[in-house]
Amino acid sequence: MTAAALRSAATSQGDYAISARGLTRVFGAVRAVDGIDLDIPRARIYGFLGPNGSGKSTTIRILCGLLRPTAGTVDVLGHAMPRDAERMRTRLGYMTQKFSLWDDLTVRENLEFMAQVFGLGAARKRERIAAVATEFDLEQLFRQRAGTLSGGQRQRLALGAATLHEPELLLLDEPTSAVDPQSRRDFWESLFALVTRGVTILVSTHYMDEAERCHGLAILASGKVVAQGEPQQLMSDIPASVVEVEAADTAAARQALLVDPGVRSVAQLGMRLHVLLDPTLAEPRERVLRRLADAAVAAQAVSVRASLEDVFVAATGFGRANSSRPQG
Amino acid sequence: MLSRILAIITKEVRQLARDRLTFGMILGIPLMQILLFGFAINFDVRDLRAAVVDDARTTHSRALVAAMEATGVIELAAPSPDLPHLQRRMQRGEVSIGIVIPADFERRRLGNDRAVVQLLIDGAEPMVDAVARGLAAVPMPGRAGSYPLRVPVFEVRTEYNPERRTAVQVVPALIGVILNMTMVIFTAAAIVRERERGNLELLIATPIRSWELMAGKLLPYVFIGLVQTTLILTVGARIFDVPINGSLLDLYLAAALFIAATLTLGLVISTFARTQFQAFQMSFLTLLPSILLSGFVFPFDGMPRLAQWIAQLLPLTHFVEMIRGILLRGAPLAAMQVPALKLGVFLIIALAIATLRFHKRLD
Repeated sequence: MTAAALRSAATSQGDYAISARGLTRVFGAVRAVDGIDLDIPRARIYGFLGPNGSGKSTTIRILCGLLRPTAGTVDVLGHAMPRDAERMRTRLGYMTQKFSLWDDLTVRENLEFMAQVFGLGAARKRERIAAVATEFDLEQLFRQRAGTLSGGQRQRLALGAATLHEPELLLLDEPTSAVDPQSRRDFWESLFALVTRGVTILVSTHYMDEAERCHGLAILASGKVVAQGEPQQLMSDIPASVVEVEAADTAAARQALLVDPGVRSVAQLGMRLHVLLDPTLAEPRERVLRRLADAAVAAQAVSVRASLEDVFVAATGFGRANSSRPQG
Repeated sequence: MLSRILAIITKEVRQLARDRLTFGMILGIPLMQILLFGFAINFDVRDLRAAVVDDARTTHSRALVAAMEATGVIELAAPSPDLPHLQRRMQRGEVSIGIVIPADFERRRLGNDRAVVQLLIDGAEPMVDAVARGLAAVPMPGRAGSYPLRVPVFEVRTEYNPERRTAVQVVPALIGVILNMTMVIFTAAAIVRERERGNLELLIATPIRSWELMAGKLLPYVFIGLVQTTLILTVGARIFDVPINGSLLDLYLAAALFIAATLTLGLVISTFARTQFQAFQMSFLTLLPSILLSGFVFPFDGMPRLAQWIAQLLPLTHFVEMIRGILLRGAPLAAMQVPALKLGVFLIIALAIATLRFHKRLD
């Protein structure tokens, strides 16, 4: 980034849909969110990637004003949260992790209720419900109770309900955790369609493939952002060399590699081993082959491009004690 | 604003209409309660089991026992041979009243200085004591000549309930008890249910205001409460012959005020409870003192000062006062200003507590 670009980014806060500094939330003795800084640009899909309990949901709840931060500042669409939370309601759309529309109301009744609560007039209500029904393929389900919908149908209804009032910012908390792969693909198509209309989307996930689709990404672990950036950039900047090993006796190969101080982690993928090594080592592939030959394990090895999972493993301290040092 | 309240009302009514159990409870609870209470609660006690120890065995002693039996208050069981035997039977709960006629019955009967017969009363059972004391007024047979003719000091006339029927005393207040029971439970559960099912997180992320949510939740139940009032009144008038002396409009106004007060009490509970089960428990916690202290069972003026103060905090106390006044004494609502005002104050304070305690936040 040039100095001019840096300056312009710093001066025009308005370019960011969300800016947060030192965001912290403590529940009793647990620091659920621990000093997070965020700058999320407008009209982009921004992802939170992290395991359960990494602070994704808590952060999203703070951003939409449902939880007060213990420390830190949040600016959402130019307004301080949670101070302006009530004024921001019509500009935000929020999809909870658990399906939270009413099981005993039909699809149409749920949509009508949400439209009315968001203050849509009669004409706009009709128009928006029709538009959402077309966009998310809900017409056939109008008379069905929400409790009888499949996972994918529910999630389409929830996204439809969250976008009825045409919010500028959508906060989606693990929207695809209970959904089949085809529905997930369709769902992401819908998200990209919303982004082209200028909507900013913040989505949390623990799926690597979904994280890879985001424009920007923050990897969370134990309430901290351990890596942040574009997915491609994160993968090419990974502080590790990646070697894939194919061996008949994967257990023996794994044993042989783990004793090498240069090997940071070994993960098994079927018959193959995914090995992360210290990036300062020269010729990692040869080193791996040498190690395996020393241990008399027959194997083949290739250097490969890092995946987002490797980035995740590297950012969270290679599966050992979680590194508290932010990276990336 | 109005459309948001309307949205909540529509949603509540739709959900209620689909929840068959709750819907059944709206009519089932009042119906069951009034039939149960109306028939079972009976302070005109009759047929108490009694046993006699007759150590005199004279004509007069037998005549006395027969006279007591003729009152209908007691029903005689087999006689006991001696006092300890009688006491054991009372301890086992076989008899509630013992009539002990001493061997010197005839001497005592003719004299005028000592009690003639001893009545043993099981004080563990409510009402028995008062009833049995009435038995003691049975005149001594065969003593008419020497017996001083007693002219009672007081003549008693029971206004508004000349036949002294329990149903007349119980049913009006029962409207309050039943409304208290159903209204508190319904609203206490109404918000907690949204919390339990996860709907609340979505709801508080919408522009709806706390008071709009509260109002939308309460209004359908005000209507339901009035339906219940009608049901109880109808059954009370048709089956238990309870008179409706006052104006029906006044009656419904008083009921609406009481319904609103109990609904807000339920709302306050729902802001404390985390689960529906807790909400039910807390509802019952308010229900029992209401039933005991409101004057529904025991006369309010006879209660200890502390109990009276506590009773002032319970909406049922004021409603019982109002409904008895309107329904039985035919008093206009204007004559019931004080309890109406107290109910109004309760309503405002409870509503303020509920609104202040309900945050549109998760923490």
